[in-house]
Amino acid sequence: MEKTKLIDRVNEALAEEFEIEISTLVPDANIKETLDIDSLGLVDMVALVESLFGIKIQAHEMTGILTFENLYDYICNNIK
Amino acid sequence: MKRRVVITGMGIYSCLGKNLEEVCTSLYEGKSGIVFDPSRKELGFRSGLTAHLEIPNLKGILSRNQRVYMAEQCNYAYAATAEALKNAKIDHDYLVAHEVGLLYGNDSSAGAVMKSIDTMRDKRDTTMIGSGAIFQSMNSTISMNLSCIFKLRGINLTVSGACASGSHAIGLGRMLIQAGLQECVVCGGAQEVNPYSIGSFDGINAFSIRESEPEKASRPFDRDRDGLVPGGGAATVIIESYESAVKRGATVLAEITGYGFSSNGDHISVPNVDGPSRSLQMAIREAGIDIRDIGYVNAHATSTPVGDANEAKAIANVFGSHKPEITSTKSMTGHEMWMAGASEIVYSMLMMKNGFIAPNLNFENPDEDSSKLNIPAVRVNKSFDTFLSNSFGFGGTNSSLIVKNIK
Repeated sequence: MEKTKLIDRVNEALAEEFEIEISTLVPDANIKETLDIDSLGLVDMVALVESLFGIKIQAHEMTGILTFENLYDYICNNIK
Repeated sequence: MKRRVVITGMGIYSCLGKNLEEVCTSLYEGKSGIVFDPSRKELGFRSGLTAHLEIPNLKGILSRNQRVYMAEQCNYAYAATAEALKNAKIDHDYLVAHEVGLLYGNDSSAGAVMKSIDTMRDKRDTTMIGSGAIFQSMNSTISMNLSCIFKLRGINLTVSGACASGSHAIGLGRMLIQAGLQECVVCGGAQEVNPYSIGSFDGINAFSIRESEPEKASRPFDRDRDGLVPGGGAATVIIESYESAVKRGATVLAEITGYGFSSNGDHISVPNVDGPSRSLQMAIREAGIDIRDIGYVNAHATSTPVGDANEAKAIANVFGSHKPEITSTKSMTGHEMWMAGASEIVYSMLMMKNGFIAPNLNFENPDEDSSKLNIPAVRVNKSFDTFLSNSFGFGGTNSSLIVKNIK
Protein backbone atom coordinates (compact mmCIF):
# COMPACT_ATOMS: atom_id res chain seq x y z
CA MET A 1 0.00 0.00 0.00
CA GLU A 2 1.27 3.46 -0.86
CA LYS A 3 2.20 5.49 2.19
CA THR A 4 -0.14 8.36 1.28
CA LYS A 5 -3.09 5.98 0.99
CA LEU A 6 -2.10 4.33 4.26
CA ILE A 7 -1.95 7.70 5.99
CA ASP A 8 -5.37 8.64 4.66
CA ARG A 9 -6.83 5.36 5.89
CA VAL A 10 -5.26 5.69 9.36
CA ASN A 11 -6.32 9.33 9.72
CA GLU A 12 -9.85 8.65 8.62
CA ALA A 13 -10.23 5.84 11.17
CA LEU A 14 -8.61 7.82 14.00
CA ALA A 15 -10.78 10.88 13.33
CA GLU A 16 -13.93 8.76 13.47
CA GLU A 17 -12.96 6.75 16.54
CA PHE A 18 -11.68 9.68 18.60
CA GLU A 19 -14.15 12.23 17.23
CA ILE A 20 -11.65 14.85 16.13
CA GLU A 21 -11.13 16.95 13.01
CA ILE A 22 -9.03 15.06 10.48
CA SER A 23 -7.10 18.28 9.74
CA THR A 24 -5.50 18.10 13.22
CA LEU A 25 -3.77 14.83 12.33
CA VAL A 26 -0.45 16.15 11.05
CA PRO A 27 2.75 14.04 11.00
CA ASP A 28 4.64 15.95 13.70
CA ALA A 29 1.73 16.20 16.13
CA ASN A 30 1.86 14.31 19.41
CA ILE A 31 -0.63 11.42 19.34
CA LYS A 32 -1.88 11.59 22.93
CA GLU A 33 -2.27 15.35 22.91
CA THR A 34 -3.97 15.45 19.53
CA LEU A 35 -6.39 12.62 20.22
CA ASP A 36 -6.90 13.89 23.79
CA ILE A 37 -6.30 10.44 25.23
CA ASP A 38 -4.34 8.86 28.07
CA SER A 39 -2.76 5.41 28.21
CA LEU A 40 -6.25 3.83 28.17
CA GLY A 41 -7.09 5.58 24.93
CA LEU A 42 -3.84 4.30 23.40
CA VAL A 43 -5.24 0.78 23.87
CA ASP A 44 -8.08 1.73 21.54
CA MET A 45 -5.61 3.14 19.00
CA VAL A 46 -3.63 -0.11 19.09
CA ALA A 47 -6.86 -2.10 18.62
CA LEU A 48 -7.82 0.15 15.72
CA VAL A 49 -4.49 -0.40 13.95
CA GLU A 50 -4.79 -4.13 14.53
CA SER A 51 -8.30 -4.25 13.08
CA LEU A 52 -7.24 -2.19 10.03
CA PHE A 53 -3.91 -3.81 9.19
CA GLY A 54 -3.62 -6.96 11.28
CA ILE A 55 -0.57 -5.49 13.01
CA LYS A 56 -0.28 -5.77 16.77
CA ILE A 57 1.77 -2.98 18.31
CA GLN A 58 3.32 -4.44 21.45
CA ALA A 59 3.12 -2.38 24.67
CA HIS A 60 6.90 -1.89 24.85
CA GLU A 61 6.95 -0.61 21.26
CA MET A 62 4.61 2.24 22.13
CA THR A 63 7.49 4.11 23.78
CA GLY A 64 8.83 4.79 20.29
CA ILE A 65 5.50 5.86 18.83
CA LEU A 66 4.90 9.40 20.01
CA THR A 67 3.89 11.23 16.83
CA PHE A 68 1.67 10.32 13.90
CA GLU A 69 4.78 10.10 11.72
CA ASN A 70 6.13 7.44 14.13
CA LEU A 71 2.82 5.59 13.79
CA TYR A 72 2.72 5.74 9.98
CA ASP A 73 6.34 4.52 9.81
CA TYR A 74 5.66 1.67 12.21
CA ILE A 75 2.72 0.47 10.15
CA CYS A 76 4.66 0.81 6.87
CA ASN A 77 7.56 -1.18 8.28
CA ASN A 78 5.40 -3.96 9.65
CA ILE A 79 2.62 -4.31 7.11
CA LYS A 80 2.73 -7.59 5.25
CA MET B 1 -32.64 13.26 67.31
CA LYS B 2 -32.15 12.00 63.77
CA ARG B 3 -31.86 14.59 61.04
CA ARG B 4 -34.69 15.04 58.56
CA VAL B 5 -33.94 13.87 55.02
CA VAL B 6 -35.73 15.51 52.12
CA ILE B 7 -36.04 15.09 48.37
CA THR B 8 -35.07 18.21 46.43
CA GLY B 9 -34.75 16.89 42.89
CA MET B 10 -35.86 14.09 40.58
CA GLY B 11 -35.04 12.80 37.13
CA ILE B 12 -36.35 9.92 35.06
CA TYR B 13 -35.68 8.19 31.75
CA SER B 14 -38.06 5.31 31.15
CA CYS B 15 -40.42 3.68 28.67
CA LEU B 16 -43.02 6.21 29.83
CA GLY B 17 -40.93 9.18 28.73
CA LYS B 18 -37.53 10.80 28.60
CA ASN B 19 -38.09 13.33 31.36
CA LEU B 20 -40.38 14.19 34.28
CA GLU B 21 -42.94 16.01 32.17
CA GLU B 22 -43.35 13.23 29.59
CA VAL B 23 -43.52 10.56 32.28
CA CYS B 24 -46.09 12.49 34.29
CA THR B 25 -48.30 12.76 31.20
CA SER B 26 -47.99 9.03 30.51
CA LEU B 27 -48.88 8.19 34.10
CA TYR B 28 -51.89 10.50 33.98
CA GLU B 29 -53.08 8.98 30.71
CA GLY B 30 -52.40 5.41 31.83
CA LYS B 31 -50.11 4.71 28.90
CA SER B 32 -48.32 1.39 28.53
CA GLY B 33 -44.67 1.28 27.46
CA ILE B 34 -44.72 -2.42 26.57
CA VAL B 35 -44.10 -3.76 23.06
CA PHE B 36 -43.42 -7.05 21.30
CA ASP B 37 -39.84 -7.30 20.02
CA PRO B 38 -39.51 -10.05 17.37
CA SER B 39 -35.69 -10.01 17.61
CA ARG B 40 -35.98 -11.66 21.01
CA LYS B 41 -37.73 -14.63 19.46
CA GLU B 42 -34.81 -15.00 17.05
CA LEU B 43 -32.54 -15.28 20.11
CA GLY B 44 -34.68 -18.11 21.46
CA PHE B 45 -36.69 -16.15 23.99
CA ARG B 46 -39.88 -17.72 25.30
CA SER B 47 -41.36 -14.20 25.46
CA GLY B 48 -40.67 -11.34 23.05
CA LEU B 49 -42.33 -8.79 25.32
CA THR B 50 -40.30 -5.88 26.65
CA ALA B 51 -40.52 -2.24 27.58
CA HIS B 52 -39.45 0.00 24.72
CA LEU B 53 -37.04 2.90 25.08
CA GLU B 54 -34.24 4.40 23.03
CA ILE B 55 -30.71 4.73 24.32
CA PRO B 56 -30.15 8.50 24.70
CA ASN B 57 -27.68 9.95 22.23
CA LEU B 58 -25.09 11.70 24.39
CA LYS B 59 -22.71 12.53 21.55
CA GLY B 60 -22.09 16.26 21.78
CA ILE B 61 -23.08 16.24 25.46
CA LEU B 62 -20.34 13.98 26.80
CA SER B 63 -16.95 13.51 25.18
CA ARG B 64 -15.91 10.30 23.46
CA ASN B 65 -13.51 9.67 26.34
CA GLN B 66 -16.39 9.85 28.81
CA ARG B 67 -18.84 7.79 26.76
CA VAL B 68 -16.45 4.96 26.00
CA TYR B 69 -16.57 3.76 29.63
CA MET B 70 -20.36 3.82 29.88
CA ALA B 71 -22.46 0.67 29.62
CA GLU B 72 -25.97 0.96 28.18
CA GLN B 73 -27.61 1.62 31.54
CA CYS B 74 -25.11 4.41 32.32
CA ASN B 75 -26.65 6.42 29.48
CA TYR B 76 -30.07 6.20 31.10
CA ALA B 77 -28.56 7.00 34.51
CA TYR B 78 -26.74 10.02 33.11
CA ALA B 79 -29.95 11.39 31.56
CA ALA B 80 -31.94 10.88 34.76
CA THR B 81 -29.21 12.32 36.98
CA ALA B 82 -28.61 15.38 34.81
CA GLU B 83 -32.34 16.12 35.02
CA ALA B 84 -32.44 15.49 38.78
CA LEU B 85 -29.50 17.82 39.48
CA LYS B 86 -31.08 20.50 37.33
CA ASN B 87 -34.41 19.94 39.06
CA ALA B 88 -32.65 20.36 42.41
CA LYS B 89 -30.83 23.46 41.13
CA ILE B 90 -27.45 21.92 41.89
CA ASP B 91 -24.79 23.04 39.42
CA HIS B 92 -21.19 22.09 38.71
CA ASP B 93 -19.81 24.76 41.04
CA TYR B 94 -21.84 23.35 43.94
CA LEU B 95 -20.70 19.80 43.24
CA VAL B 96 -16.99 20.63 43.20
CA ALA B 97 -17.29 22.70 46.37
CA HIS B 98 -19.23 20.14 48.46
CA GLU B 99 -18.93 16.45 49.28
CA VAL B 100 -22.01 15.23 47.44
CA GLY B 101 -22.29 11.42 47.42
CA LEU B 102 -23.69 8.85 45.01
CA LEU B 103 -25.49 5.62 45.86
CA TYR B 104 -26.92 3.94 42.76
CA GLY B 105 -28.81 0.70 42.44
CA ASN B 106 -27.57 -1.67 39.75
CA ASP B 107 -27.21 -5.42 39.69
CA SER B 108 -25.90 -6.36 36.26
CA SER B 109 -23.97 -5.22 33.26
CA ALA B 110 -24.57 -8.27 31.15
CA GLY B 111 -24.70 -6.54 27.76
CA ALA B 112 -21.18 -5.18 28.18
CA VAL B 113 -19.90 -8.50 29.55
CA MET B 114 -21.39 -10.42 26.64
CA LYS B 115 -19.87 -8.06 24.10
CA SER B 116 -16.42 -8.42 25.70
CA ILE B 117 -16.60 -12.18 25.80
CA ASP B 118 -17.81 -12.40 22.21
CA THR B 119 -14.83 -10.27 21.09
CA MET B 120 -12.39 -12.31 23.16
CA ARG B 121 -13.65 -15.58 21.70
CA ASP B 122 -13.65 -14.18 18.18
CA LYS B 123 -10.32 -12.32 18.17
CA ARG B 124 -8.31 -14.31 20.73
CA ASP B 125 -6.64 -11.03 21.64
CA THR B 126 -7.68 -9.13 24.75
CA THR B 127 -6.48 -5.77 23.39
CA MET B 128 -9.26 -5.95 20.85
CA ILE B 129 -11.84 -5.82 23.65
CA GLY B 130 -10.97 -2.13 23.97
CA SER B 131 -10.30 0.22 26.85
CA GLY B 132 -13.91 0.81 27.87
CA ALA B 133 -14.97 -2.78 28.43
CA ILE B 134 -13.63 -3.25 31.95
CA PHE B 135 -15.40 -0.11 33.16
CA GLN B 136 -18.61 -1.05 31.36
CA SER B 137 -18.58 -4.63 32.61
CA MET B 138 -18.33 -4.03 36.34
CA ASN B 139 -21.47 -3.92 38.41
CA SER B 140 -20.39 -0.50 39.69
CA THR B 141 -20.29 0.92 36.16
CA ILE B 142 -22.89 3.57 36.94
CA SER B 143 -21.47 4.85 40.21
CA MET B 144 -17.93 4.97 38.79
CA ASN B 145 -18.97 6.79 35.63
CA LEU B 146 -21.40 9.29 37.15
CA SER B 147 -19.02 10.19 39.96
CA CYS B 148 -16.32 11.07 37.43
CA ILE B 149 -18.65 12.88 35.02
CA PHE B 150 -20.40 14.99 37.67
CA LYS B 151 -17.23 15.40 39.84
CA LEU B 152 -18.90 13.94 42.92
CA ARG B 153 -16.70 13.87 46.03
CA GLY B 154 -18.73 12.05 48.68
CA ILE B 155 -19.62 8.38 48.99
CA ASN B 156 -19.28 6.56 45.67
CA LEU B 157 -20.96 3.17 45.77
CA THR B 158 -23.25 0.79 43.90
CA VAL B 159 -26.06 -0.92 45.77
CA SER B 160 -26.88 -4.41 44.52
CA GLY B 161 -30.02 -5.78 46.06
CA ALA B 162 -31.71 -7.41 43.07
CA CYS B 163 -35.07 -5.80 42.29
CA ALA B 164 -34.92 -3.75 45.48
CA SER B 165 -31.56 -2.13 44.57
CA GLY B 166 -32.93 1.32 43.78
CA SER B 167 -35.07 1.43 46.90
CA HIS B 168 -32.24 0.31 49.18
CA ALA B 169 -29.96 2.94 47.57
CA ILE B 170 -32.40 5.67 48.66
CA GLY B 171 -32.89 4.14 52.10
CA LEU B 172 -29.16 3.79 52.70
CA GLY B 173 -28.48 7.29 51.42
CA ARG B 174 -31.02 8.56 53.91
CA MET B 175 -29.22 6.72 56.72
CA LEU B 176 -25.89 8.34 55.79
CA ILE B 177 -27.51 11.77 55.94
CA GLN B 178 -29.36 10.98 59.17
CA ALA B 179 -26.04 9.95 60.72
CA GLY B 180 -24.43 13.23 59.69
CA LEU B 181 -21.95 11.53 57.36
CA GLN B 182 -23.32 13.18 54.22
CA GLU B 183 -25.33 16.32 53.53
CA CYS B 184 -26.48 15.43 50.04
CA VAL B 185 -26.53 12.13 48.14
CA VAL B 186 -27.51 11.41 44.54
CA CYS B 187 -29.55 8.19 44.75
CA GLY B 188 -31.14 6.10 42.05
CA GLY B 189 -31.41 2.91 40.14
CA ALA B 190 -30.86 1.80 36.56
CA GLN B 191 -31.64 -1.22 34.45
CA GLU B 192 -30.16 -2.34 31.13
CA VAL B 193 -32.74 -3.30 28.50
CA ASN B 194 -30.65 -5.37 26.07
CA PRO B 195 -31.81 -8.98 25.67
CA TYR B 196 -28.57 -10.49 27.01
CA SER B 197 -29.29 -9.10 30.45
CA ILE B 198 -32.51 -11.03 30.87
CA GLY B 199 -32.26 -14.11 28.65
CA SER B 200 -31.60 -16.24 31.70
CA PHE B 201 -34.62 -14.67 33.42
CA ASP B 202 -36.77 -15.56 30.42
CA GLY B 203 -35.36 -19.07 30.65
CA ILE B 204 -36.96 -19.71 34.03
CA ASN B 205 -40.46 -19.00 32.64
CA ALA B 206 -40.86 -15.80 34.63
CA PHE B 207 -42.11 -13.64 31.76
CA SER B 208 -45.63 -13.16 30.43
CA ILE B 209 -46.26 -14.79 27.06
CA ARG B 210 -49.34 -12.72 26.22
CA GLU B 211 -47.51 -11.64 23.07
CA SER B 212 -50.62 -10.90 21.02
CA GLU B 213 -51.58 -8.10 23.42
CA PRO B 214 -48.35 -6.42 24.62
CA GLU B 215 -50.14 -3.61 26.47
CA LYS B 216 -52.24 -6.15 28.36
CA ALA B 217 -49.35 -8.44 29.30
CA SER B 218 -48.30 -6.74 32.53
CA ARG B 219 -51.35 -7.11 34.78
CA PRO B 220 -50.36 -6.98 38.43
CA PHE B 221 -52.92 -8.35 40.88
CA ASP B 222 -55.25 -9.47 38.06
CA ARG B 223 -56.55 -13.01 38.28
CA ASP B 224 -55.24 -13.88 34.80
CA ARG B 225 -51.67 -12.59 35.14
CA ASP B 226 -49.10 -14.96 33.70
CA GLY B 227 -45.73 -13.38 34.48
CA LEU B 228 -43.77 -10.15 34.35
CA VAL B 229 -42.55 -8.08 31.42
CA PRO B 230 -38.93 -6.84 31.62
CA GLY B 231 -38.34 -3.10 31.47
CA GLY B 232 -35.59 -0.62 32.21
CA GLY B 233 -34.10 2.86 32.12
CA ALA B 234 -33.04 4.93 35.11
CA ALA B 235 -34.38 7.16 37.85
CA THR B 236 -32.55 9.53 40.17
CA VAL B 237 -33.56 11.44 43.28
CA ILE B 238 -31.48 14.06 45.05
CA ILE B 239 -31.78 13.65 48.78
CA GLU B 240 -30.27 15.93 51.38
CA SER B 241 -30.54 17.04 54.96
CA TYR B 242 -33.33 19.51 55.60
CA GLU B 243 -30.69 21.96 56.86
CA SER B 244 -28.68 21.64 53.65
CA ALA B 245 -31.78 22.22 51.53
CA VAL B 246 -32.76 25.31 53.50
CA LYS B 247 -29.21 26.65 53.51
CA ARG B 248 -28.93 26.59 49.74
CA GLY B 249 -32.49 27.80 49.20
CA ALA B 250 -33.66 24.61 47.51
CA THR B 251 -37.29 23.74 46.90
CA VAL B 252 -38.13 20.91 49.27
CA LEU B 253 -40.39 18.48 47.45
CA ALA B 254 -40.94 15.81 50.08
CA GLU B 255 -39.48 14.13 53.15
CA ILE B 256 -38.43 10.50 53.38
CA THR B 257 -39.90 9.61 56.73
CA GLY B 258 -39.52 5.84 56.83
CA TYR B 259 -37.24 3.08 55.55
CA GLY B 260 -37.93 -0.53 56.35
CA PHE B 261 -36.02 -3.58 55.24
CA SER B 262 -35.91 -7.30 55.84
CA SER B 263 -34.76 -10.56 54.41
CA ASN B 264 -37.08 -13.50 53.94
CA GLY B 265 -34.43 -16.04 54.93
CA ASP B 266 -36.28 -18.44 52.71
CA HIS B 267 -36.36 -19.40 49.01
CA ILE B 268 -34.13 -17.74 46.39
CA SER B 269 -36.95 -16.82 44.01
CA VAL B 270 -40.28 -17.53 45.70
CA PRO B 271 -41.30 -14.62 47.96
CA ASN B 272 -43.12 -15.17 51.22
CA VAL B 273 -45.51 -13.08 53.31
CA ASP B 274 -43.53 -12.68 56.52
CA GLY B 275 -40.50 -10.88 55.04
CA PRO B 276 -42.42 -8.17 53.16
CA SER B 277 -44.75 -7.73 56.17
CA ARG B 278 -41.79 -7.01 58.44
CA SER B 279 -40.31 -4.55 55.92
CA LEU B 280 -43.64 -2.70 55.76
CA GLN B 281 -44.05 -2.67 59.52
CA MET B 282 -40.51 -1.41 60.07
CA ALA B 283 -41.01 1.49 57.64
CA ILE B 284 -44.31 2.49 59.28
CA ARG B 285 -42.81 2.18 62.77
CA GLU B 286 -39.78 4.21 61.80
CA ALA B 287 -41.91 6.92 60.20
CA GLY B 288 -43.82 7.18 63.47
CA ILE B 289 -47.10 7.71 61.65
CA ASP B 290 -50.62 6.46 61.97
CA ILE B 291 -51.14 3.93 59.18
CA ARG B 292 -54.27 5.90 58.16
CA ASP B 293 -51.97 8.75 57.10
CA ILE B 294 -50.79 6.65 54.15
CA GLY B 295 -52.91 7.72 51.19
CA TYR B 296 -51.36 5.58 48.47
CA VAL B 297 -49.28 2.41 48.22
CA ASN B 298 -47.07 1.80 45.20
CA ALA B 299 -46.84 -1.97 45.27
CA HIS B 300 -43.90 -4.03 44.13
CA ALA B 301 -46.34 -6.39 42.32
CA THR B 302 -44.65 -7.53 39.13
CA SER B 303 -47.52 -9.53 37.62
CA THR B 304 -46.24 -12.93 38.72
CA PRO B 305 -48.79 -15.32 40.24
CA VAL B 306 -47.07 -16.01 43.58
CA GLY B 307 -45.32 -12.66 44.09
CA ASP B 308 -48.45 -10.54 43.73
CA ALA B 309 -50.50 -12.87 45.89
CA ASN B 310 -48.02 -12.81 48.74
CA GLU B 311 -47.59 -9.04 48.58
CA ALA B 312 -51.38 -8.64 48.62
CA LYS B 313 -51.52 -10.83 51.73
CA ALA B 314 -48.75 -8.81 53.40
CA ILE B 315 -50.41 -5.46 52.63
CA ALA B 316 -53.81 -6.71 53.78
CA ASN B 317 -52.32 -8.03 57.02
CA VAL B 318 -50.47 -4.82 57.82
CA PHE B 319 -53.10 -2.31 56.71
CA GLY B 320 -56.12 -4.11 58.18
CA SER B 321 -59.26 -2.03 57.80
CA HIS B 322 -57.45 0.96 56.26
CA LYS B 323 -57.82 0.69 52.48
CA PRO B 324 -55.71 3.27 50.63
CA GLU B 325 -55.47 2.99 46.85
CA ILE B 326 -52.87 0.41 45.90
CA THR B 327 -51.46 0.19 42.38
CA SER B 328 -48.47 -1.25 40.63
CA THR B 329 -47.00 1.12 38.05
CA LYS B 330 -45.38 -1.98 36.57
CA SER B 331 -48.70 -2.44 34.78
CA MET B 332 -47.44 0.41 32.54
CA THR B 333 -43.66 0.03 32.69
CA GLY B 334 -43.11 -3.67 33.12
CA HIS B 335 -40.62 -4.66 35.79
CA GLU B 336 -37.78 -2.16 35.86
CA MET B 337 -35.84 -4.40 38.25
CA TRP B 338 -32.66 -2.72 39.61
CA MET B 339 -34.23 0.61 38.69
CA ALA B 340 -37.73 -0.06 40.02
CA GLY B 341 -37.23 1.02 43.64
CA ALA B 342 -36.04 4.44 42.49
CA SER B 343 -38.36 4.90 39.53
CA GLU B 344 -41.41 4.04 41.59
CA ILE B 345 -40.47 6.75 44.09
CA VAL B 346 -40.34 9.19 41.15
CA TYR B 347 -43.65 7.92 39.71
CA SER B 348 -45.32 8.18 43.11
CA MET B 349 -43.85 11.63 43.69
CA LEU B 350 -45.22 12.83 40.35
CA MET B 351 -48.65 11.50 41.27
CA MET B 352 -48.54 13.03 44.76
CA LYS B 353 -47.41 16.40 43.45
CA ASN B 354 -50.08 16.43 40.74
CA GLY B 355 -53.01 15.01 42.70
CA PHE B 356 -53.76 11.73 40.97
CA ILE B 357 -53.16 8.01 41.18
CA ALA B 358 -52.29 6.32 37.90
CA PRO B 359 -54.36 3.27 37.02
CA ASN B 360 -53.31 -0.28 37.73
CA LEU B 361 -53.71 -1.21 34.08
CA ASN B 362 -55.33 -4.52 33.18
CA PHE B 363 -56.80 -5.14 36.60
CA GLU B 364 -59.94 -6.73 35.24
CA ASN B 365 -60.70 -9.51 37.71
CA PRO B 366 -59.36 -9.76 41.26
CA ASP B 367 -58.21 -13.02 42.74
CA GLU B 368 -58.80 -14.15 46.31
CA ASP B 369 -55.94 -12.02 47.68
CA SER B 370 -56.23 -8.88 45.56
CA SER B 371 -59.96 -8.69 46.20
CA LYS B 372 -59.12 -7.59 49.75
CA LEU B 373 -57.27 -4.49 48.50
CA ASN B 374 -58.44 -1.19 47.00
CA ILE B 375 -56.91 -1.44 43.52
CA PRO B 376 -58.18 1.12 40.99
CA ALA B 377 -58.09 0.03 37.34
CA VAL B 378 -58.68 3.59 36.20
CA ARG B 379 -57.02 6.85 37.22
CA VAL B 380 -58.16 8.31 40.52
CA ASN B 381 -58.03 12.07 40.88
CA LYS B 382 -57.10 12.39 44.51
CA SER B 383 -54.79 14.44 46.68
CA PHE B 384 -52.66 12.49 49.11
CA ASP B 385 -49.74 13.56 51.26
CA THR B 386 -48.01 10.32 52.22
CA PHE B 387 -47.21 7.23 50.21
CA LEU B 388 -45.47 3.94 50.77
CA SER B 389 -43.42 2.19 48.08
CA ASN B 390 -42.49 -1.49 48.22
CA SER B 391 -39.58 -3.17 46.46
CA PHE B 392 -38.70 -6.83 46.80
CA GLY B 393 -35.98 -8.90 45.15
CA PHE B 394 -34.47 -12.32 44.54
CA GLY B 395 -32.89 -13.84 47.60
CA GLY B 396 -35.73 -12.44 49.66
CA THR B 397 -34.46 -8.87 50.02
CA ASN B 398 -37.22 -6.40 50.89
CA SER B 399 -37.30 -2.60 51.09
CA SER B 400 -40.12 -0.20 51.91
CA LEU B 401 -39.93 3.59 51.80
CA ILE B 402 -42.42 6.12 53.13
CA VAL B 403 -42.45 9.62 51.66
CA LYS B 404 -44.38 12.63 52.92
CA ASN B 405 -45.34 15.59 50.78
CA ILE B 406 -43.87 19.00 51.60
CA LYS B 407 -45.90 21.85 50.13
